[in-house]
Amino acid sequence: MNLAEAIRLRDSSRLPSRRDEDWRWTDLRSLVRTLPEPSPSLDAARLGPGPFEGICETVVTLANGVGPVAIEVSAGETRTLALRNVSRGDGSHAAHLRITVAAGARLTLLESHEGDGGGLSLLSLEVDLASGASCERLVIADGGTDAISLVDAEVRLGAGSEWAQTLLTNGARRQRLETRVLNPGDGASVRLDGIYVLSGRSHADQTSSVTHSGPQGQTVQLTRGVVDDQARAVFQGRITVEAGADGTDARMAHNALILSDRAEVDARPELEIYADDVACAHGATVGTLDAELLFYMRQRGLPEAEARSLLLASFLGEVIDRIQCAAAAGRMRAWLQERIWGSGE
Amino acid sequence: MLSLRNLHARVGEREILKGLSLEIPAGEVHAIMGPNGAGKSTLSYVLTGRPGYEVTSGAAELDGVDLLTQAPDERAARGLFLSFQYPLEIPGVPALTFIRTSVNAQRKARGEAEMSAPDFLKRARACAADLKMDFDMLKRPLNVGFSGGEKKRMEILQMALLSPRFMILDETDSGLDIDALRIVSEGVNALRSPDRSLLVITHYQRLLDYIRPDRVHVLAGGRIVASGGPELAHELERDGYDKFARAA
Repeated sequence: MNLAEAIRLRDSSRLPSRRDEDWRWTDLRSLVRTLPEPSPSLDAARLGPGPFEGICETVVTLANGVGPVAIEVSAGETRTLALRNVSRGDGSHAAHLRITVAAGARLTLLESHEGDGGGLSLLSLEVDLASGASCERLVIADGGTDAISLVDAEVRLGAGSEWAQTLLTNGARRQRLETRVLNPGDGASVRLDGIYVLSGRSHADQTSSVTHSGPQGQTVQLTRGVVDDQARAVFQGRITVEAGADGTDARMAHNALILSDRAEVDARPELEIYADDVACAHGATVGTLDAELLFYMRQRGLPEAEARSLLLASFLGEVIDRIQCAAAAGRMRAWLQERIWGSGE
Repeated sequence: MLSLRNLHARVGEREILKGLSLEIPAGEVHAIMGPNGAGKSTLSYVLTGRPGYEVTSGAAELDGVDLLTQAPDERAARGLFLSFQYPLEIPGVPALTFIRTSVNAQRKARGEAEMSAPDFLKRARACAADLKMDFDMLKRPLNVGFSGGEKKRMEILQMALLSPRFMILDETDSGLDIDALRIVSEGVNALRSPDRSLLVITHYQRLLDYIRPDRVHVLAGGRIVASGGPELAHELERDGYDKFARAA
């Protein structure tokens, strides 16, 4: 199974299916009988503003998969960069982008996945952080209700480097945001946070895997989400602590709220530990909004929809609070508020 | 002000209020006392419209307006306030944010202009000082990690800021030490006025030494079985509820 190859060869038999353990809740093969034609070219200059518009000057655009193939941040440099992955129409396309952040450099990556139409898109990121480098990756994935949107990131960290990530999504027809991080320890730290707000029939899959290969590395993970109507959320988080990776500190939490009988959350948190003297924990909860609490709020005068929205905003907002880049956090909070308060009852 | 006529209500299959009638005129303070399981908390939930509490017959009116057909938030906007026996915690929502959102939701429902942030803060500071509460507590998520007594003070603070016309205190004295009881009672008494009324639900006469009632009612078996002046509370304290429970 190779997604890029499946798209290039237009061979749907190479797509992952429910028989692939890691894809069992995001089955593509039964959904895509025949792969669509390659997407036509798209004029990047004629796209409207993206969700991070105006925060930074540098904008890199992938228009139906066409755009730069490499981004380099040189030693000691500090840069904020918007990466727009825009898909239009019903075709299919795959893109690959390599990002390298040199020693001591700092990158803030404001990434957006903007789709409409019923196409299939794949973006594969390959990221290398040299020692002491840092990157905060902030993602708004608004895939479009009919699209199949796949984003895959392979991240390799150097000693003492820092990877901080927050994904924000409202899903797509099928959407998967996958992140795999190699943490060599030696002070390297990882934050892998996520939020999903799903309604209608949308599907969002946040899958992650962190491998601690050396001692004294850290990983924290907080994913929170809300599903309504017939939407489906998938959370798969795996943290592996290899033999010798002593002193690893890894904490994972996933909390979901289900607002409708027909909505679904599939969660699989996994810790695999082969080292000694590690501090690892994971916690997962799936619940509904507390009826007693809603009544209390309504007794104080809040209409039901407003009470619900206030609870959802505070529940999800705690993930936004962990973002370092204040300008982007403001934009992500606004995006979230619009989806929560705008949905109405 | 509040008029209850032959109210019957049930929770699930169980009938709890069995023909309760009560008139509370404007400006008066009435106390309801009664043994456990008499229906005291049920009455407060029926009046405020808690889901699951079903009125099967009878009427409840506030200023001549039928309460029972209205949503809980509509009743609140009409000036009905319940100080909960067990106030709830709202993680992630600072008390100030919650109360200001409530105040403005009620104002909006009544067709009034929003209260500005500076005006609200000024009032909140004054109310917190009156109740001897540290203002920083209001910046924390509502009631999260608060002691029982702190939660009760927070209820009275919300009551003061929402400025309701009809107030129900459900066992507000439970969990309060004697100093807190005095401070909370002073906060409640400050709200007494000729156009406001108060219903005090309590087990014990102690609270009524601080919040002096005009009338005292005994609730047993889902009905008011006796009514009288403040002296009835002392009688109950002395003799217990036994004879009323039997009468019910």
